Amino acid sequence: MMAKNENKTHSPLFHIVKREPLPWYSALGVRASAIILALLLSAVVITILTQKNPIEIYKAMFEGAFGSTDRIWNLLQQLAMLLCVSLAVTPAFKMKFWNIGAEGQVLVGGLATVSVMMFLGDKMPLPVLLIVMIGASVLAGIIWALLPAVSKALWNTNETLFTLMMNYIAIQLVAFFLKKFVKSGSGVLTPMPEYGLPIINEMPYLLNIIVVAVLTIMVYIYLKYSKQGYEISVVGESENTAKYIGINVKKVIIRTLVISGALCGIAGLLLVGGTNHTISTTTAGGRGFTAIMVSWLAKFNPIVMILTSFLIIFLERGAEQVSSQFRLPSAISDIITGIILFFIIGCEFFLQYKIVFSKHRKENE
Amino acid sequence: MKKVLALTLALVLVVGAFAACGGTGNNDEPKMLGMSDSPLPAPEITKDYEIKEDFKIGFICLHDEQSTYDLNFLNAANSVQDALGLTNEQVIIKTNIPEGNECYEAAKDLANQGCDIVFANSFGHEDFMIKAAKEFPEVEFCHATGTKAHTEGLKNYHNAFASIYQGRYLAGIVAGMKLNEMIEAGTITADQAKMGYVGAFTYAEVISGYTSFYLGAKSVCPTVTMEVQFTGSWYDATEEKNAAEALLNNKCVLISQHADSMGAPSACEAAKVPNVSYNGSTYDSCPETFLVSSAINWAPYFNYIIACVNKGEEIAADWCGGIAEGSVVLTGINQDVAAKGTIEKVEEAITGFKAGTLNVFDTANFTVDKKALTTYTADVDTDAALTPDTEAIKDGYFNESADRSAPYFNIKIDGIKLLNEKF
Repeated sequence: MMAKNENKTHSPLFHIVKREPLPWYSALGVRASAIILALLLSAVVITILTQKNPIEIYKAMFEGAFGSTDRIWNLLQQLAMLLCVSLAVTPAFKMKFWNIGAEGQVLVGGLATVSVMMFLGDKMPLPVLLIVMIGASVLAGIIWALLPAVSKALWNTNETLFTLMMNYIAIQLVAFFLKKFVKSGSGVLTPMPEYGLPIINEMPYLLNIIVVAVLTIMVYIYLKYSKQGYEISVVGESENTAKYIGINVKKVIIRTLVISGALCGIAGLLLVGGTNHTISTTTAGGRGFTAIMVSWLAKFNPIVMILTSFLIIFLERGAEQVSSQFRLPSAISDIITGIILFFIIGCEFFLQYKIVFSKHRKENE
Repeated sequence: MKKVLALTLALVLVVGAFAACGGTGNNDEPKMLGMSDSPLPAPEITKDYEIKEDFKIGFICLHDEQSTYDLNFLNAANSVQDALGLTNEQVIIKTNIPEGNECYEAAKDLANQGCDIVFANSFGHEDFMIKAAKEFPEVEFCHATGTKAHTEGLKNYHNAFASIYQGRYLAGIVAGMKLNEMIEAGTITADQAKMGYVGAFTYAEVISGYTSFYLGAKSVCPTVTMEVQFTGSWYDATEEKNAAEALLNNKCVLISQHADSMGAPSACEAAKVPNVSYNGSTYDSCPETFLVSSAINWAPYFNYIIACVNKGEEIAADWCGGIAEGSVVLTGINQDVAAKGTIEKVEEAITGFKAGTLNVFDTANFTVDKKALTTYTADVDTDAALTPDTEAIKDGYFNESADRSAPYFNIKIDGIKLLNEKF
């Protein structure tokens, strides 16, 4: 087909060519101009759809994210939780293992935590309970990630479908748990703050933030400087190369997913034991999916992921304030978020590729 | 060139398809009688007090206007805002707040913005509202459908509900009259007068609701029976439709529901089976089957709490508005579907409620295991083990919502069969 077309002097309008890496200042410039363009386009859309002053809208977004001490704490806490799940999916994605099951892995981690709080809370001293909680949540996360990983390694099953399916099972398990153990039949479990993780200095979110900060550095070092991290990149680039140089691919897949699952379990532990002290089917709150975007946008670099998850959370907090302050349907703020993300993801594309227009086009037509 | 042409063609097709969707209306339908005026409309909001200049109230809603449940709250909030002449800065609304730590954060944020009152609308918000209430003793926290205010002992935390069981009883009368019409017309025999009910959870609020609906129907059609199918979710269009269809397969000749999606009403419209709706009218989508709908009108409660704060009075720990307060309302009755004489029967019952001579849960009107109920200890004070703690039968009837605002009638009476109790 292709050859035939070329013979008939059909040539494409343009083609896409991989470009040489840009110097850092140009790359930064492209990114900055993408954000400015996105803000301009959003401003036009806002004015057309709502007849509101776009500057006021942007001001409200900043207010929503940073307007008070409580809002800043909330922002940092949300950032930490999203970052934690993003850290969890990163090793798997770097290996090109499409783990879209983080949502379920977080949820079972949370379910394990809440079960320990509920059934063992009054049976052991708090320090022992905390250790059991950590162990149970990490183990649950690992099991949820390990099932698809082992199946992939042994029978080459499709990990995307498998991990997605595990999400639904996790959600239904939580629904079953709530039905079975919440006696009133309302499906709402009363929080148990008395069995929660310790609070540092009366700052309820500080522990979560510190834990995630430490995890970020650990994952960064693991991926960048350890032998196992290197094996992950090689398997991700080419499984055949990995086999050729003697890497046990099956072992790497399973080992990496154990790490992924364990980190998701910790996210569940922090969400349930650290903040909510209860569980519902929406406790993971879509973070398992948003995390994929955070991780890809940062090109799997945990330090850059701090920035990308900040961006997402900033947009989310800002959007909530906009729809509340201006009485706009939440769809409007979703549109703004969509436009901004579209431009940012789009500019990453143009940083790696360039479009070359065919010069002979006129002659051909 | 070809590409441009193909693209244009594709666009034309898409636009054409949308245009076709819009043009389904036709003018040669038979003339319809349409909806009657409401026998129990929402009363006008009046104020006999001054509102402080810096007064603010904040609302927390689980979903947004897409959900009929939340829309009902948002409409009430807007109507009160208009009636009292409050600005958008004085009425702050937060939508899509989940039943988790997010609710605590939202409540705190509203308090930080200077709200005198923070209101939340979903059952699962309760514990997070209590947490915020403890931190902001100078702000009033009000919560719809909750059960803990009377035992929590916080001066600034309050529960509210409405005696919606009266509204459901009235809607039940409309249903019973329709059944009588079917029996008289010979479409069904008296023994075949079976209704279906789609419920969310096996939970007092739902049990109280379907029982009062059933008793309303029974007050005019003594042979009526009912089957209940649960979905395990407050909002699940597919499950609600499936449940309604299962009930229709079981030969139910009329359906009602206590769930927030269009699942059951649209299944009824497709099968041409009369439907009694909830939370508001579904007449526009289901003109051939919609009978009537009862709803809680939250405006009187909002007006009450705003009045209390501005007059410096205390808000009751539990507040349950009834027909007299205007908290229970009915939509109009669909005259194309409802039986003749329905409105008169409904108005008669409304007079009875207002005079206090009619009690929904009168023990003379129902039996449990073929025996009249003389005593029942209900679980009014919330605890994990659901220990029954309060005698509810007084003066020959079950005193619903007397000892706390949220319903606690959870008795399984004769004539109602639960098809699944898995939820």
